[in-house]
Amino acid sequence: MSDSISTDSTTESFVPSITPNVASVTTEHTSRNAENLEVNGTTTGLEARGVHAWFDKHHALEDVSIHFPQNTVTGLIGPSGCGKSTFLRLLNRMHEFIPKSAMAGEVLFNGEDMYASHVNATDIRTRIGMVFQKPNPFPAMTIGENVLAGPKLAKKKVENPDDLLEECLTRAGLWKEVKDRLKAQGSSLSGGQQQRLCIARALALKPEVLLLDEPCSALDPGSTLRVEETIVQLSQSMTIVIVTHNMQQASRVSDYCAFFLSDGGPGRLIEADLTTNMFSNPKDERTANYVQGRFG
Amino acid sequence: MNAIATEVTPVTPRKPWKNTRATLKTATINGFFSAVLATALYTFTGLDGILGWYVSFIISVMVVMAIVSKVTGNGKSIADQVAPVVISAGFATVMIPWISLIGTVVQRGVKGIYTGFFTHDMLVNSMDEPLNVGGISHAIIGTLIIVGIATIIAAPLGIIAALYIVEINGKAARFVRFLTQAMSGVPSIVAGLFIYSTVIITVTHKNNAFAGSLALAILMLPTVARTSEEVLKVVPREIRDASYALGATQVRTTLRVVLPTVRSGLITATILGVARVAGETAPLLLTSQYFVRFTTNMFNSTMASLPTYVFGALRTGTENSLARAWSASLVLIAIVVFLSVIARLLGGRSTGRK
Ligand SMILES: Nc1ncnc2c1ncn2[C@@H]1O[C@H](COP(=O)(O)OP(=O)(O)O)[C@@H](O)[C@H]1O
Ligand SMILES: [Mg+2]
Repeated sequence: MSDSISTDSTTESFVPSITPNVASVTTEHTSRNAENLEVNGTTTGLEARGVHAWFDKHHALEDVSIHFPQNTVTGLIGPSGCGKSTFLRLLNRMHEFIPKSAMAGEVLFNGEDMYASHVNATDIRTRIGMVFQKPNPFPAMTIGENVLAGPKLAKKKVENPDDLLEECLTRAGLWKEVKDRLKAQGSSLSGGQQQRLCIARALALKPEVLLLDEPCSALDPGSTLRVEETIVQLSQSMTIVIVTHNMQQASRVSDYCAFFLSDGGPGRLIEADLTTNMFSNPKDERTANYVQGRFG
Repeated sequence: MNAIATEVTPVTPRKPWKNTRATLKTATINGFFSAVLATALYTFTGLDGILGWYVSFIISVMVVMAIVSKVTGNGKSIADQVAPVVISAGFATVMIPWISLIGTVVQRGVKGIYTGFFTHDMLVNSMDEPLNVGGISHAIIGTLIIVGIATIIAAPLGIIAALYIVEINGKAARFVRFLTQAMSGVPSIVAGLFIYSTVIITVTHKNNAFAGSLALAILMLPTVARTSEEVLKVVPREIRDASYALGATQVRTTLRVVLPTVRSGLITATILGVARVAGETAPLLLTSQYFVRFTTNMFNSTMASLPTYVFGALRTGTENSLARAWSASLVLIAIVVFLSVIARLLGGRSTGRK
C-alpha cells in the first residue's frame, strides 16, 4: 500500500510549481495570533506549497498553496467534489492509504516538509489529529477505551489515564454526559455524542493540529452547536482546519476561509482570506457567488 | 402543561398491526372453502397420495384466496394475497426432506441410546451384541480430538489467509483467493488420499490420528478462509481510517482494531469449518481409521471417531450393529447442530450493536 505514495515516480514529468497562485493568508492582516506566524525564520503551523493530488490517473487537486497559522481556525469551503477532503487528507498523510494515489508539492509542518523521505508518517499522524465526516468510534471498545485508543495504538505511554480521559472528554464537551457510563460501548451514544467522542479520541494524543472533515454534516442542530463551541475552545491551543458545507458554520467558527472550486478538471484553491473579508468583499466573483449561495 | 397533566385518561395499549378477529374469521372461512375444494380436486382428478393432498390443498388455497380478495375487494391485490401462500408452501416443501431426514435418524437412533452408550467403549463388546452393552465414548472423544487438532491447525491458517487477502491485499492476494476457492472444491476422499500418500506412506508408515487431523484441516481451511474473508470485508473503511489517523501502523490496526471488531464473526467462521468436517468419513477411513477403545496416542495408533464408528457398524450389517450406527449418527448430528446453533448465536451477537 504505502509504496504508492511516490512523490517522485508517477509525477516525474511534473515540476511542482509554487509560485503562480499562492493564496497565502499570512500577509496583510492582524490576526489574533499574528505573532505566531514566524519563529526563527521558519513558518509555524501548517503550510501547503504547490500541492497536487492524484487518484491513479485522475488529477483531483492542482497547485494548492496556503498557510494555516498556529492556533487559528481555517474553514475549507467549496462545492462537493472540489477536493476539500483530498486536500485535508494530504495534510496528515492519510492520502497515501488510497491505492494508486500520488501527490506533488510540499506540506510544511513547523517548517519541515512532512513528505520528506526521513519523516515518519505515523508520527505525523499522532501530531496532526483528524475527525471524519461520519462518526467512527471503534465498535469493539467502550467509551473510555475509545478515548484512550490513540496512545495505545501509537504505543505512547500515558502517565495518568484517568486524568487524560476526563481532560479529553471535558475538552470535547462530552464529560458530563458520559462520566457515569464510561464502560458502555461507544456505539451506544447518539450521533452527536459519537462525533464528540471522536474529537476526544483525537485529543488524547495532544495533537498540535486538528483536521475536521465536515464533522457536523450528520448531526442535529443542537449537537452541531456543541461541536462548534468545542472547536472554538480548542482553537486557543491548537491549529484547526475544518471542511464545511455550511456557510453560517464557516463564519461562526473560522478565522480564515479558503474557497476551493473545480471547473470539471482538478480542484483549485480560488481564494483564501480572513473569514470576514471572504464573506463581506471577496476578491473573486466565483467566491462571491458561492458564499452567497448562488451555486454549489 | 398543567391542564394536560391533570386530565389523565387511562389508555389501553393496542396493536393495530396485529391480526384482528375479523381477519381470523376470513382466514377460517378461506380454510374451510379451501378444504372443500381440495377434497373435490383430490377426488375428481388424478392426484394421489400425500403429495396429491398437499398439491391440491395449495392450489385450492390460492384459488380461494384469489376469489375472496376479488369479491370482498379488501384493498389487497390478488398477488399480495396469493404470494404469502406460495412462499409458505415453498418453505414447507423445502422443509419436508430435512424434517424427514432428522425424523428418521431420531426415530431409529433413540433405540440404542442409554447412559452407558456415552460412557462405554467397544473394547470388550462387538458391534452385533445387544444394545444395552458397549458404547461410543471412545468415538466421541476421538472425534473431538481429531477435529479439535484439525481446528487448531486450520483456523489460524484460514484467518491468516483472509487477513492477507483483505488487510494486506498484497500482490498474491488474488492467487491466494483462487487457491482457497479451488481447495473448497477438493473432494474429501482426495484430501484423505493426499495425506495418506504424503504423510502415512512416506513418513509415519502407519495409520494414525494426527494424519486424520491433517486431512480434515485441508477440508476445513477453505471454509474458514472464505467465511473470514467475508467477515473482514464488512469492517468499514472508516474504522481503519480512524485507527491510521491516530498514528497506528497497519499491524496494530489489524490486531487492535479490526480483529476485536470481528471477533465473533471469526469464531462463527471457525465453527462453520468444524461443522463442515465433523461428519467426514472417507478421509478418516484412509488415515485415522478406527480403534475399539480410546487412546491418547496421536501418532502411533489409529483412533476411533463417530463417522468411522458408523461406517464400521454398517459394515457389520446385523440388526444390532445397524441400530448402533443410527444411534451414533444421531449423536453426530446433535453435535453438529449444537455447534451450528452456537455459531448462529455468536454471529448474531455482532459487535457494534450492544
Ligand atoms: N478514493 C478515491 N478514489 C478515486 N477518486 C477519488 C477518491 N476520493 C475522491 N476522489 C475524487 O477526487 C475528487 C475530489 O474529491 P473530494 O476530495 O472527496 O471532494 P470534496 O471533499 O470536496 O467533496 C472527486 O472528483 C472525487 O471523485
Ligand atoms: Mg468531502
